[in-house]
Amino acid sequence: MSVENGIGASVVRKEDQRFITGNGNYLDDINKAGQCYGYFLRSPHAFAKINSIDLTAAKAAPGVVDIFTGADMAADAVGGLICGWGISNKDGTPHAAPPHPCLATDSVKHVGDQVAFVVAESLQAAKDAAELIEVDYEELQSVTDVRKAASGAQIHPEAPGNQCYDWELGDKEAVDAAFANAAHITKMDLINNRLAPNPMEPRAALGEYDRGTGEYTLYTTSQNPHVARLILSAFVNIAPENKLRVIAPDVGGGFGSKIFVYAEETTTIWASKRVGRPIKWTADRSEAFLTDAHGRDHATHAEMAFDADGNILGFRVSTLANMGAYLSTFASAVPTYLYATLLNGQYKMPCIYAEVQAMFTNTTPVDAYRGAGRPEATYVVERMMERAARDMNMDPTELRMKNFIAPDAYPYETPVIMTYDSGDYPQTMNLAKDMIDYAGFQARKAESASRGKLRGIGSAAYIEACGIAPSAAVGSLGAGVGLWESAEVRFNPTGSVTVFTGSHSHGQGHETTFAQLVADKLGVPYESIEVVHGDTTKVPFGMGTYGSRSLAVGGSAIVKAADKIVDKAKKIAAHLMEASADDIEHNQGVYSIAGTDKQMTIGELAFAAYVPHNYPEDLEPGLAENAFYDPLNFTFPAGTHIAEVEIDPATGIVEVVDWAAADDFGNVINPMIVEGQVHGGVAQGIGQALLEGVVYDDDSGQLLTGSYMDYCMPRADNLPNFKVEATNTPCPSNPLGVKGCGEAGAIAAPAALMNAITDALGKEIDMPATPEKVWRAAQSA
Amino acid sequence: MEMHGEELINAPKEKVWEALNDPEILKQAIPGCEEIEKDSDTSFTAKVKVKVGPVKATFKGAVSLSNIDAPNGYTITGEGKGGAAGFGKGGADVSLTEADGGTLLKYDVKASVGGKMAQIGSRLIDSTAKKLAGEFFTNFNELVSTGAAEEAPAVETETSAAAETTPEPAQAENVAPTQSATPEPQEPEQPAGWMKPSILIPVAIVVAAILYFLTQGNS
Repeated sequence: MSVENGIGASVVRKEDQRFITGNGNYLDDINKAGQCYGYFLRSPHAFAKINSIDLTAAKAAPGVVDIFTGADMAADAVGGLICGWGISNKDGTPHAAPPHPCLATDSVKHVGDQVAFVVAESLQAAKDAAELIEVDYEELQSVTDVRKAASGAQIHPEAPGNQCYDWELGDKEAVDAAFANAAHITKMDLINNRLAPNPMEPRAALGEYDRGTGEYTLYTTSQNPHVARLILSAFVNIAPENKLRVIAPDVGGGFGSKIFVYAEETTTIWASKRVGRPIKWTADRSEAFLTDAHGRDHATHAEMAFDADGNILGFRVSTLANMGAYLSTFASAVPTYLYATLLNGQYKMPCIYAEVQAMFTNTTPVDAYRGAGRPEATYVVERMMERAARDMNMDPTELRMKNFIAPDAYPYETPVIMTYDSGDYPQTMNLAKDMIDYAGFQARKAESASRGKLRGIGSAAYIEACGIAPSAAVGSLGAGVGLWESAEVRFNPTGSVTVFTGSHSHGQGHETTFAQLVADKLGVPYESIEVVHGDTTKVPFGMGTYGSRSLAVGGSAIVKAADKIVDKAKKIAAHLMEASADDIEHNQGVYSIAGTDKQMTIGELAFAAYVPHNYPEDLEPGLAENAFYDPLNFTFPAGTHIAEVEIDPATGIVEVVDWAAADDFGNVINPMIVEGQVHGGVAQGIGQALLEGVVYDDDSGQLLTGSYMDYCMPRADNLPNFKVEATNTPCPSNPLGVKGCGEAGAIAAPAALMNAITDALGKEIDMPATPEKVWRAAQSA
Repeated sequence: MEMHGEELINAPKEKVWEALNDPEILKQAIPGCEEIEKDSDTSFTAKVKVKVGPVKATFKGAVSLSNIDAPNGYTITGEGKGGAAGFGKGGADVSLTEADGGTLLKYDVKASVGGKMAQIGSRLIDSTAKKLAGEFFTNFNELVSTGAAEEAPAVETETSAAAETTPEPAQAENVAPTQSATPEPQEPEQPAGWMKPSILIPVAIVVAAILYFLTQGNS
């Protein structure tokens, strides 16, 4: 059945040829004739009124083309940035939606907030001129800690008490009743630490206005160029959609942070018309720390009720979520419908009640970051399960087994909206235990103890909802967009194929995977297939890549288009071979009349479609098909990760000595790419648990982790050799049976690692488990 | 950050007080100080320039004095702006007491930095401040114990001529009136505590952080 380099083959990535030879086309590689350079003056204060901005000296500086402030944008009727997902409070009222101007007007609300945009002949000239801008700030007392936000100074008049919303999900009364009958209750307070996304390529934008046609072209580091175009056109009022082209070229990583529409590209494209020249803006790493949307930052209290046998009776969760100073593009959805809907985990939970208060603080806005809500949910559920097992003197994996949804119980409806469509949780749990030799742990622990070391083991049985998402479902939950995907499969007359996808590749390897898919479906050689993405004038309107959706949604759209190609090719073949289309069989690019040896190849049929000298009268020439695919359901990748650590109590250093990842991603197109995604996700999760954390000065609101000197990223020596294996219960909700793998590692890893560390220490600590924190815990009796 | 310390200065209390109010001495004591100007009786501005390799950063500091109790001490508050480098601000309570071998200068400093300096230098601030304070006191001690500030040849800005107009501000009453052998005060009595170590500190921090930052080649 399988085609060479088709589905299931670990094909080496096509795009690596240009990436590893330095021939990628990243945004900063692009230059235009007459280009000038933009630089943002940013607030050095966390919260301050702007009394005045004096540009006199700066405008007179050498090389300055122009300088813009918020007043200029307002005068041009350029709107602010929007949040595209409406969340309702408990009483049904909408969430607070304060304005988010691209350039500050009367106040700055976090360190790094944009104050002015300097355009000059060189970046250095722009930076020098920015130094001459005199801003009279009146400093105000800031608040950065989400737990103190309610009592902090009011940041937005539209958000009393700094509250964005107070939201709930689930059946409070049922949960209260369950707790009243509980034999055992486990309670925990958990902090999910704030992370900076740190894509390898910083954000950048190049804006160009064509005075001849009135068209704008924006090159931007985006994961979803059409969404950016839609927002910039419909909400920000840059230009009508037909006069705005958005191109996201090679993008060096996003992890969610490049989904959103930011002030910088908005200002850059607007200003390009004002100055009549192309303008390029490229963030430096400091700006990335200050302004790339951060991730996580939850403070949660959770309680879980069990009967005397260890069966879950009910679960209640109360979370404070830090939104930062402004609402980023999808920020409101992350701690609500992407979080609380996964609090059921892999378990039979009779009832759940979650309440989430989202708060404004004087910090960088927080939005989706690899996993977006599901890592936070998994962290709460799985730290609780491990804690409860310890409280009840049970093996944590046994407590999980006891509560798992049975493999034959699908479709399984949870108390928090989701309907799980497939899975086999005991299977992945058992696989992970075998991989790490769970049974042999006590012997290893004793051996570590003989060397004065503390060994620990911890699991996380994660589930996530991705392949987002059915448009009707997300629409009913407040989303301002549909989440389908588009594709076009276009044969060229000579038989090669160009695939246009609305998905966007920024490290995932779509040019390889999608080509494998099409090779498999159409029988065209893999080398003859080109994948095009990231340009709104080339590809049909698409929703882009995030939420592990490219293959499940974007790949399914490609399959639909390929199916249409096959149908049309059968009609052409039927005409040319003088048969009925119903009698034409397709097998790997060969179209034959059933039961005969008469056949034609897809290459011959494509040529006939473009040189239609002998062609069916009722058929259009050409061989190209469009498709849009709206998923039937989310997909639910799930599995168990088990971490094993050894801690040196003398130094507090945690060594991750072993890692077993057993994942169920459904069907897999390219196992090598999938394993790479797991490696990357787990590394990021280990980073969160062990090393990373954004820190603001509690009093001044200054960002203290603004460089790699203070923000510690995982490196090879922090990581073990991962053991990665997969099980497969195909997803019934899409034609490929795939589930998505891009976020799983980052979702599973923090809980697994913290469970292992706290197992070793015999004490609870919060992430990140820095040597100091671990040392103090190890030293305290 | 907070910093508490004391320094023994090899000179009598009045002399130390005087020196603390002598822009010329302070200018020479503060590493990298380029100019000091008096805006009012209790406020001063200073410019401190730092050069690192090809890069210069100029910090402008403004300092004001309060709780003046000559010759026993005062409170200073100040702020230094370094453009793209960010800012430092802080304050200090400074007191002088007689001690064996001279005068004990005690200081309690509270300072904070913002902007780029906080983002890249927060870990270095304490040690940098201590180092710069140390340099300041070494210089200051030397200048005070060897007598009045010598016109260092390097001094290019003449700031002292302002002495002729001296409306005595009320609170200047207490300015070193007891000094017997006072050389003509060419500086009006203004308790020119203007750039005492405390201002020095935020400015110094700024400078040091910048240096560090620049040497990282980051930007």
